[in-house]
Amino acid sequence: MTDTASATAGIRVTTSPRVSYRAAFWGLMVRDTKVLSRSLTQFLLRTVIQPFLFVFVFLYVFPNIGAGIHGPGVASFGTVLLPGLVAVAIMFQGIQAVGLPLVNEFAQTREIEDRVMAPLPTNMVAFEKILFGAMQSALAAVLVFPMVLFFPNSNVHPHVNPVLLVAEIIVACLSAGALGLAIGTGWNPRQVPLIFSLIVIPITFLGCIYYPWASLHTIRWLQIVILVNPLVYVSEGLRGAITPNLQHMPWPVSLGVLILIGAGLAWLGMRGFRKRVLG
Amino acid sequence: MAADAAVVVEKLSKHYRGPPPVDAVKSIDLEVARGEIFGLLGPNGAGKTTTVGMCTTRVVPTAGRVTVDGVDVRADPPGARGRIGVVTQFNTLDRSCTVFENLKYHCRYFGMNHRDAKARAAELLDTFRLADRADANVMALSGGMAQRLQVARSIAHRPVVLFLDEPTSGLDPQSRIALWEVLGALHDEGTTVILTTHYIEEADRLCDRLAIIDYGEILVMGTPDQLKRQVGVETVVTLTLDGDREGAVKALSVVAGVDRTEIVEGEVLVYLAEREGPLPAVVQAALAFGLVDLALTEPTLETVFIQLTGRALRD
Repeated sequence: MTDTASATAGIRVTTSPRVSYRAAFWGLMVRDTKVLSRSLTQFLLRTVIQPFLFVFVFLYVFPNIGAGIHGPGVASFGTVLLPGLVAVAIMFQGIQAVGLPLVNEFAQTREIEDRVMAPLPTNMVAFEKILFGAMQSALAAVLVFPMVLFFPNSNVHPHVNPVLLVAEIIVACLSAGALGLAIGTGWNPRQVPLIFSLIVIPITFLGCIYYPWASLHTIRWLQIVILVNPLVYVSEGLRGAITPNLQHMPWPVSLGVLILIGAGLAWLGMRGFRKRVLG
Repeated sequence: MAADAAVVVEKLSKHYRGPPPVDAVKSIDLEVARGEIFGLLGPNGAGKTTTVGMCTTRVVPTAGRVTVDGVDVRADPPGARGRIGVVTQFNTLDRSCTVFENLKYHCRYFGMNHRDAKARAAELLDTFRLADRADANVMALSGGMAQRLQVARSIAHRPVVLFLDEPTSGLDPQSRIALWEVLGALHDEGTTVILTTHYIEEADRLCDRLAIIDYGEILVMGTPDQLKRQVGVETVVTLTLDGDREGAVKALSVVAGVDRTEIVEGEVLVYLAEREGPLPAVVQAALAFGLVDLALTEPTLETVFIQLTGRALRD
């Protein structure tokens, strides 16, 4: 073992809190990146398969069996689907990359202990979860966007507003990470399968992925009820940034509400995280 | 309060609202000097883990204060975490990482750069005889190895105080002794160690000082020798009887040289003020009550615990 004379060699505990917090936060990010790189295949599979099957069934199978679906007006269904599928890829990454692993860690493995004992505020450990989840969401968006765009027969004609797209993606990814943290810290570990039945499926089907929100005006009550679904704002926001020729919510509305929802989920998730790790 | 204390605990309490409501820790005070191995000895549920939890930022105290190396744990949890190492009762190794990475990333969390973290991890693997497992997943380690790795990780950032909560619970005897050696080496280096245990032998053998804790209160505190001497007896005779134990206790308590007698978990304990003088008379008296078996021991920390609580300190 080392002698005590070198007791502080290599350690920065004596430096300012800001420096040591930043070092610890960076350490958490490096660790998560390494773990992700090791399970890259798993990441790709969980990210790509679902949207691929969507476009395969809706843009290939359906038209070929004469059951084609059209978007509203003259828009192709691919045009409707592109922002929707990017939105759902972002949102699910939050649940899959942050939520489900956290439920498991709190219930069984306790392996998060070592990171919670790192010399930085507990809220920052929780925020690292959100941020790293958001990065995975962004990666998912980058993968799904070209896959849908270049799918044979997708017939999508995007008019991308790059600044708005980047802003929408950043806010959407952070909100997805926050949703994951809220689920991961608040969900009863014995009822994990219910996450799919009660959250994943309802927010997908009622998340304006397959239809623009405005087109629901014929079912007014539904149009109002689904406003509680954060995915609606992600889909509509991306629609405004990618396919603005299709009806969509004004971007200040979709972005503004999403920021509020994201902040609320982050607050809830961080509070849940503190509750879970502090007795 | 000693200026050089590594850990100072003042009027520390923890109340859990329940249900059922529990006062897990009731206003305890203690002070651990730098370089000391300090033990919290007590049965399961005594409040040891809660106390360690409050000292290590994981449990928020209901009242009271803990300072580690001069840092108020409640006011500055990250600052306190930078000064402590913790080994909990559970395997908290990072299962997504290898043995080497568990050490390396821990060092990164504590501010080392990539190169220093790698060097420190390699050094610890050698010290803890885990070098041949460096690239193994931590799930593949035996219980003893996993515990060694947890201890290695807990000291990787060279903490001022190392907290170990029941570190040898569930370990085989060989691994237990190996861990005692590791703690002995840390002690020689001057690391302050606070450990909880419900093993008498561990407390006696390892600790410079210890506190016996039961129902959230410190009953007594001192060196193992001080505590044993405090019992005031030389020999404890444990009698297993077939007959009337209550009667035996009465009869034995008047035998010359017997300090006192009591029934603990079905056995009659006779405390002798001298080593062997009264023994024949004790045996003679016990024969009338169906003496089946008899054992002689010097007072141990168990004797101290029994004297204080009237209960044995068993697993």
